[in-house]
Amino acid sequence: MSETWILLGATSSMARALARALADRGDGLLLAGRDMDDLRVLAADCTLRGARFAEAVAFDARKPERFADLIARTQADDGVLNAAVFVGSMPDQADIDADPALIDGTVTDSFTGPARFLQMLAPVLEEHGAGTVVGVGSVAGDRGRIGNYVYGAAKAGFHTYLSGLRNRLGRRGVHVVTVKPGPVDTAMTWGLPSLPFMTTPEAVAHDILRAVKTRRNVVYSAKIWRLIMLVIRLIPEPVFKKLSI
Amino acid sequence: MRWKNTEYTGWGRALRATGEMARPERLSALTALMAEEPAPALGNRRSYGDACLNDGGRAVDMTRLDRFIGFDPETGLARVEAGMPVGELARILAPKGWLPAVMPGTGFATVGGCIANDVHGKNHHGTGSFAQHVKNLTLVTAEGPQTVKGGTALFKATASGLGQTGVIAAAELQLIRAKGDIVTVTERRAGDFDDFIGLLDRSGATYTVGWIDATATGRDLGRGILEEAETGAGLVPAPKPAKAVPFDAPSFALSPAVVRTFNTAYFRRVPGRGRTVVKPINEFFFPLDRIRDWNRLYGKAGFHQFQCVVPLAEREAIRDMLRRIAASRLASPLAVLKRMGPGRAGYLSFPMEGYTLAVDFPNRPGVEKLVHQLEDLTAEAGGRIYLAKDALASGARIRAMYPEHEKWVRAVAKADPQGAMATDLVRRLGLRGT
Repeated sequence: MSETWILLGATSSMARALARALADRGDGLLLAGRDMDDLRVLAADCTLRGARFAEAVAFDARKPERFADLIARTQADDGVLNAAVFVGSMPDQADIDADPALIDGTVTDSFTGPARFLQMLAPVLEEHGAGTVVGVGSVAGDRGRIGNYVYGAAKAGFHTYLSGLRNRLGRRGVHVVTVKPGPVDTAMTWGLPSLPFMTTPEAVAHDILRAVKTRRNVVYSAKIWRLIMLVIRLIPEPVFKKLSI
Repeated sequence: MRWKNTEYTGWGRALRATGEMARPERLSALTALMAEEPAPALGNRRSYGDACLNDGGRAVDMTRLDRFIGFDPETGLARVEAGMPVGELARILAPKGWLPAVMPGTGFATVGGCIANDVHGKNHHGTGSFAQHVKNLTLVTAEGPQTVKGGTALFKATASGLGQTGVIAAAELQLIRAKGDIVTVTERRAGDFDDFIGLLDRSGATYTVGWIDATATGRDLGRGILEEAETGAGLVPAPKPAKAVPFDAPSFALSPAVVRTFNTAYFRRVPGRGRTVVKPINEFFFPLDRIRDWNRLYGKAGFHQFQCVVPLAEREAIRDMLRRIAASRLASPLAVLKRMGPGRAGYLSFPMEGYTLAVDFPNRPGVEKLVHQLEDLTAEAGGRIYLAKDALASGARIRAMYPEHEKWVRAVAKADPQGAMATDLVRRLGLRGT
């Protein structure tokens, strides 16, 4: 059975790496995002690498009134439908401190926008009774830290949402994978002070495909972050509140 | 665009630079940063010396603009972003029956880098240089993107132009037909220099490359192995997994005794009567790419590669160079002898019809002096030094080797009047004039 994937936030380098891996095996791709010029270039790239088809489609997490068109587009193809969500935004915490209104956009991009889309897609997936949803969260969502707790809070909300979605869709044969990357060498982290255990977009894409294949529920990428975040989560709050990690 | 402060090197690792780097992931980000403050581009940094360095200044890492934008299976025209590695392009294209017309010795070299250095490959004698197969390219300057057609003055200043006219963002390439994704390689021993030159002169193969034992002396001087290859179809042997050099090797790893022993074994590997083997294309075209970061074998100090070309009639200059190299006991196992054709695309293109010699030297005392001697011999023979490899030459000498240098200076002055695209190599050799 042929597979079709819709990738939300497809211009991100992690999504690009996943799209290429999926193209290599001949899947169909709906590449969704805001920068249509760039998405068309990526669609051409994926087609030439072997995708059954690759199409640029418009998606803006902050414009939910347009989601219905996209949902309709996913139904136009008869392959097994899968979705992967890469959208999110991470303004500097200092910028948010200066302008708290930035919180709204961060939460919309990283949590409520994609959640609303997946909520609309859920009945479609239930009807198919197959396929996988991949939600990209972040280790930042595992605990609120002084450096980026607004982004972390949005991702924590998204993690909880994915957990519930897994509970719902699992009953109908649709699997939900939560991926929590540590720092990844992308435009988002480029030029930030040096980050530990940095991984590459290609490695994350590889981890995602393996998690999909083995039907894992929650995976970290790189793997070491499962251990690190376990330790960080175990630090008692009275101690944690004094740390700057 | 966020800038990252970083230290970086070329492939030889003997020269270093520190500066701010941007890494745009889409064309709009590239044009925006060029409009704000133009900076020279770099790719996978496979040039050896300082062609890709801008110490104290800014640079644009192009490796994330690496997409395959268009392909016409009728005409074999392909459009790619400049950060696409040539080997990746070959991997995608070979099953479709096409290959880049010219492929350098490493598949990690990006298309942009191949144009900016107008690189050559194992088929230069028949097919010419890389940029001769570029129909047009997209050049981004402070004014925005523009299309530069092949044959124009700006094109000739950009192909082989070391990034000085602007940032190459994309290019349209004329591919060549390939029968499949394997090559049949005939390997033959050349017993000495005259034998080697004879084999090269008589070869009718599409792809040729000669490995030369740069440590051999006396009767063995100039001995080596000539590889002649054609692409073909057939069962592809499974590619072997890549290995990496995990740390900087200690200095004795490439000591004279080790190199001599290795070279003798490598020479004898091919039986006296020769042999024919079948290889996956990548293994033939990019033999060293299977060992990731092999430049670390030369240790922390890094290494230099000397590459020259001399006219056909000046083959004795090459013999002379081989004598001096062997006597210096500085040679590494990596040494290549090849015959080149006249094909070149730009004002500063390296190729000329003749013989080209490339030898790696660990960065040790004595290398600088030896390389200067080799440069003298090259100059006396009316030959040329390859800028993509150079880290040691002097400006006046280099400028004299490139007869179209003045045309290049004029075109570059027009394209980048502020000198914003200057790199360490351009400054060291005074290429853009005073």
